[in-house]
Amino acid sequence: MKLTLKIWRQKNAADKGRLVDYPVSDISPDMSFLEMLDVLNDQLVEKGDDPIAFDHDCREGICGMCSLYINGRAHGPQSAVTTCQLHMRSFKDGDTIYIEPWRAKAFPIIKDLVVDRSAFDRIIQAGGYISVNTGAAQDANSIPVPKVDADEAFAAATCIGCGACVASCKNASAMLFVSAKVSQLAILPQGRAEAEQRVLNMVSKMDEEGFGNCTNTGACEVECPKGISLTNIARMNREFLGAAVKA
Amino acid sequence: MSKLNSKIPAGPIDKKWTDYKDHVALVNPANKRNIDIIVVGSGLAGSSAAASLAEMGYSVKVFCFQDSPRRAHSIAAQGGINAAKNYKNDGDSTFRLFYDTIKGGDYRAREANVHRLAEVSTSIIDQCVAQGVPFAREYGGLLDNRSFGGTQVQRTFYAAGQTGQQLLLGAYSALSKEIAKGTVKMYNRHEMMDIVKVDGKARGIIAKNLVTGAIERHSAHAVLLCTGGYGNVFFLSTNAMGSNVSAAMKAYKKGAYFGNPCFTQIHPTCIPVSGDHQSKLTLMSESLRNDGRIWVPAKLEDAQAIQQGKKRANDIPEADRDYYLERRYPAFGNLVPRDVASRAAKERCDAGFGVNATGQAVYLDYADAIERYGKIEATKMNISNASPEKIKELGKAVVKEKYGNLFDMYMQISGENPYETPMKIYPAVHYTMGGLWVDYELMTTVPGLYALGEANFSEHGANRLGASALMQGLADGYFVIPYTIGSYLSDDIRTGKIPTDSPEFEAAEKEVRDRIEHLLNTKGTKPVDYYHKRLGKVMWDKCGMARNAEGLKEAIAEIQEIRKEFWANVRVPGAANEFNPELDKAGRVADFLELGELMCYDALNRNESCGGHFREESQTEEGEALRDDDNFAFVSAWEFAGDGKEPILNKEELVYENIKLVQRSYK
Repeated sequence: MKLTLKIWRQKNAADKGRLVDYPVSDISPDMSFLEMLDVLNDQLVEKGDDPIAFDHDCREGICGMCSLYINGRAHGPQSAVTTCQLHMRSFKDGDTIYIEPWRAKAFPIIKDLVVDRSAFDRIIQAGGYISVNTGAAQDANSIPVPKVDADEAFAAATCIGCGACVASCKNASAMLFVSAKVSQLAILPQGRAEAEQRVLNMVSKMDEEGFGNCTNTGACEVECPKGISLTNIARMNREFLGAAVKA
Repeated sequence: MSKLNSKIPAGPIDKKWTDYKDHVALVNPANKRNIDIIVVGSGLAGSSAAASLAEMGYSVKVFCFQDSPRRAHSIAAQGGINAAKNYKNDGDSTFRLFYDTIKGGDYRAREANVHRLAEVSTSIIDQCVAQGVPFAREYGGLLDNRSFGGTQVQRTFYAAGQTGQQLLLGAYSALSKEIAKGTVKMYNRHEMMDIVKVDGKARGIIAKNLVTGAIERHSAHAVLLCTGGYGNVFFLSTNAMGSNVSAAMKAYKKGAYFGNPCFTQIHPTCIPVSGDHQSKLTLMSESLRNDGRIWVPAKLEDAQAIQQGKKRANDIPEADRDYYLERRYPAFGNLVPRDVASRAAKERCDAGFGVNATGQAVYLDYADAIERYGKIEATKMNISNASPEKIKELGKAVVKEKYGNLFDMYMQISGENPYETPMKIYPAVHYTMGGLWVDYELMTTVPGLYALGEANFSEHGANRLGASALMQGLADGYFVIPYTIGSYLSDDIRTGKIPTDSPEFEAAEKEVRDRIEHLLNTKGTKPVDYYHKRLGKVMWDKCGMARNAEGLKEAIAEIQEIRKEFWANVRVPGAANEFNPELDKAGRVADFLELGELMCYDALNRNESCGGHFREESQTEEGEALRDDDNFAFVSAWEFAGDGKEPILNKEELVYENIKLVQRSYK
């Protein structure tokens, strides 16, 4: 395959940035999208050019490190996959592909396609945990959890923290990410004790980090590589309201 | 006399850990605040250790090279975590988990450590459930278990195919709780560049801020390396792209011995290589072997027709299929341990029976499982005389429920539908049992320097059982190091803050800067990956699933040559004071080039077959691995002798007082 890549290049946070054209050839449909970028980068290095910086690590769709806005969609044209799981067979010979970073005020660009998502870590630090110290736990089977609840908590807990929800949202809202963690811990009996304080703290941190508000467009759910459901946002709103009324 | 003191407590095996805990020195809470601990790596071992130590009152700094501690590669573990809970009432016990782990490891692990691991395994599950880890449950609300390769009891706890993710996010949440309190200071996008020793003790690290390129000094009273395994020495492995051996190699060069470096685990169920562009291999959980049947064509002409694309799996009639694991190992069949399953696949493919264009693949077939489950469902639903189509439909639904995410993943990568046609699999490098040698307290041979999780030479001996890596990482972090570190730090309460302006820090920082300059100034012609791929090929061909003396000697010479070329001709773009992933990769590959040679020395010295290490010179007439307990019942602990010099071998004899050594048989 022969392709034309239009890739966002930006030297650092202070630089203005622009799209640069890179023609690539001999691309196999069996390559992953990131392997295609590897090939381009090795060519750039051999020519003495600066390779394109992009985040990636596990390359099997679970670490949440890869990102990329591809042809206007977070993680590319396929649904329910991350960029690292995208293969070139999803494109046609001769295609032009636009590759951009996540764009959100709360995710400042570090270089090229790499952004700083540490705001997500800070939101978790604001309350995305159950306060139990090592060694303080009772027997694991002492509190039965109905299977439907456990499954629902698990579904929320599969969020990989990649930030596609924020990148896809016209308001750059982090509601899907935050609500997934709030939901997981609110559903489980172990998490109930702190549920009210948790949702208040996490939402307040989310606002402070500069994420936008939710206007229920649902773009986040469509683009989420793990299929995290919008019902989590509804649950968080309910939890928040309940807690705010009491507070 | 051996220079190694493993510090195994006296007494009967089931009392050692309790006795140890009862008598180990404690550090009082007021003193803990004044003691600094550095944790490198934020995976299961690192996050759990950091959170636990911070809860106890120590002042902790954590470093990870990713953009968040939640990205560490523990997250990719799929299958499960073992614990001797015996919730299934199928006869499990601490002793059985201990026994299975020692046996599975082919009798090359330390009894006392493994017993301790089995003892604390149950507390791990308790801890994780309390943190909100959503393990799979039964309809009654209690925890579910499944069986896993190599064991006969159901002791594996799981969260669909994302157990590692859920456990890591649990540990990450505990870590986040401590970061919020200020007891842990987190350094994302930071890489450890070297260990700093003062008066023979580990007293800090040199770290690099990967965003700005700034070189930083950090001091501490103890340093914990929780930096994972080194499978990426093979270039292609199931590890994450950033997984590396650099921290362990720096420690090795500073005097920490490297234990059993040649013990690597080749996982039998991975998606085969598709071409030269490939950057990594993808594992498919071993749980697939619970229901899938592995086969290749029995006739060579059929295999060749498949390789040439003239025939497909479904064209081969049942009678012409060779279910070679069931044939060779009737007792365990498709559930033999990983090393056995991997070698058997290689044996068939080497004999020409492989099933894709490269001849390097075997089938993993779900047709029988779909039919079996379909019939069970039909019976449950009171459907009499169900049509084959209906049975298939019902069976597919069950398989989808159990393995859906794995099947989706396979489809995504290969472009084939595994519900209709058998999957193709081949072994790939997955886990490294070798690592830094540690004593019972998890301390390396450098005082104050500890290694936890996959980074140490581990409780897994020469072969790790499925669902045991998560158990070990969390055991080390949550339940071992919080006790054992007191034994060392209780002598450090009067030391006070360690200054970072000492000549030792000065010298270490200079060395780091010089190396970076060297890499940038070489300005050769080949990118880093070029050398990494060459190294990987040598390792896979000569230090992979089967090894022999001649090949290993060649490999050592070849690696030395590649290393020389690397330092003379590598091209690293950019500058030192900026975000420069190519530069970071260059440093890691430079360390892999040294590790590869060390692995070959170790493999050459160990002239026996055990676990994942198969020496062609040491096999039975039937081609099974032949262990040599008279000559090799020891841990190889390699000592750095200086650049360009052969490493020095130290031996820790392995004494078995509770388990009788037998030749493993899964027949």
